[in-house]
Amino acid sequence: MASQADYKDRQFLAVIGDEDSVTGLLLAGIGHVTAPPDSQKNFLVVDAKTDNATIEAVFEQFTTERKDIGIVLINQHIADRIRHRVDTYTAAFPALLEIPSKDHPYDPEKDSVLRRVRRLFGE
Amino acid sequence: MSGAADREAVFPTRQSLGLMKAKLKGAETGHSLLKRKSEALTKYITRRIDEAKRKMGRVMQIASLSLAEVTYAVGGNIGFQIQESARAARFRIRTKQENVSGVLLPTFESYLTEGNNDFAMTGLGKGGQQVQRCRETYARAVEALVELASLQTAFVILDEVIKVVNRRDSEHVIIPRTENTIKYINSELDELDREEFYRLKKVAGKKLRDNAALDAEMKLKREEKAARELAEGQPDVQEDASGPSDILAAEEDEDVIF
Repeated sequence: MASQADYKDRQFLAVIGDEDSVTGLLLAGIGHVTAPPDSQKNFLVVDAKTDNATIEAVFEQFTTERKDIGIVLINQHIADRIRHRVDTYTAAFPALLEIPSKDHPYDPEKDSVLRRVRRLFGE
Repeated sequence: MSGAADREAVFPTRQSLGLMKAKLKGAETGHSLLKRKSEALTKYITRRIDEAKRKMGRVMQIASLSLAEVTYAVGGNIGFQIQESARAARFRIRTKQENVSGVLLPTFESYLTEGNNDFAMTGLGKGGQQVQRCRETYARAVEALVELASLQTAFVILDEVIKVVNRRDSEHVIIPRTENTIKYINSELDELDREEFYRLKKVAGKKLRDNAALDAEMKLKREEKAARELAEGQPDVQEDASGPSDILAAEEDEDVIF
């Protein structure tokens, strides 16, 4: 189980998504850029030109390297592109949340957590 | 014998059999309780996750609609401008622990920091109202997402806890072990019973034999005696007659004079 120290500093949300999702969430005020020398953003805009390696690297950065992120939001259609990474991610912190995007409606069948839920009930 | 199987080191006595039976009962009761508890918890959590996910779908739809409104009102894509002007998070989360029947589950709580607004300039020219509304909508959406994240984290941690408990507990270790021990004790006791029975049988057989020998001896003696008497004529009869003297038949007693 996660220890106290593991999550008390986690105060930001991070987002990997298409431009509209990121813009909306930034408008809500979740955007954060760390102090200048290595100013790291907590959001990544993914479009058709972004390759999977970049997404994976950022996903890795958000989930394992950075210790100040409590929730990672990722558009479901982007999660599909790195599905193997999303499915093998089982840690409790940061919480990984698949969210719908404007162009891609939410499909509960693909959600890694809901799949785990179903597996738990043996369906 | 079940000595090869995994069992506890006990002496095979009736007392330890009783102890083991009590232990097995305890383990089974504990296990079923635990199972019921974990089932109830997961059912509760999954139902809430399901609800929250559905709510998220609706909320995100409304939010993206309001963003489209903004794009229309501002008359261009504001995405780039917003991404560039993001500096410090206004919307943050903190984690707390919640105790759900003995399991510590973390929950996220969202809060707004006061006084920093990265997007003061956004929509200054036109569409300011829409931008404001969009921000509020998205803030509500993010709140729903945070709530969902708490539930999800709770589920993940609960899942782990349940797995650990299942691994450690009864079902796979204690119950079979205790059952093996009971089997072992029973087999040992049966063995002792059989030995005891055999011993008793032996004793009974020996007694029977001894009795038969004694009977035969006595019978032999009696027969010998009878044969001897037959050979010696009637001495025994005389002996019998002169045996106890007849008090009444005896000569008269002298008178007693005072």
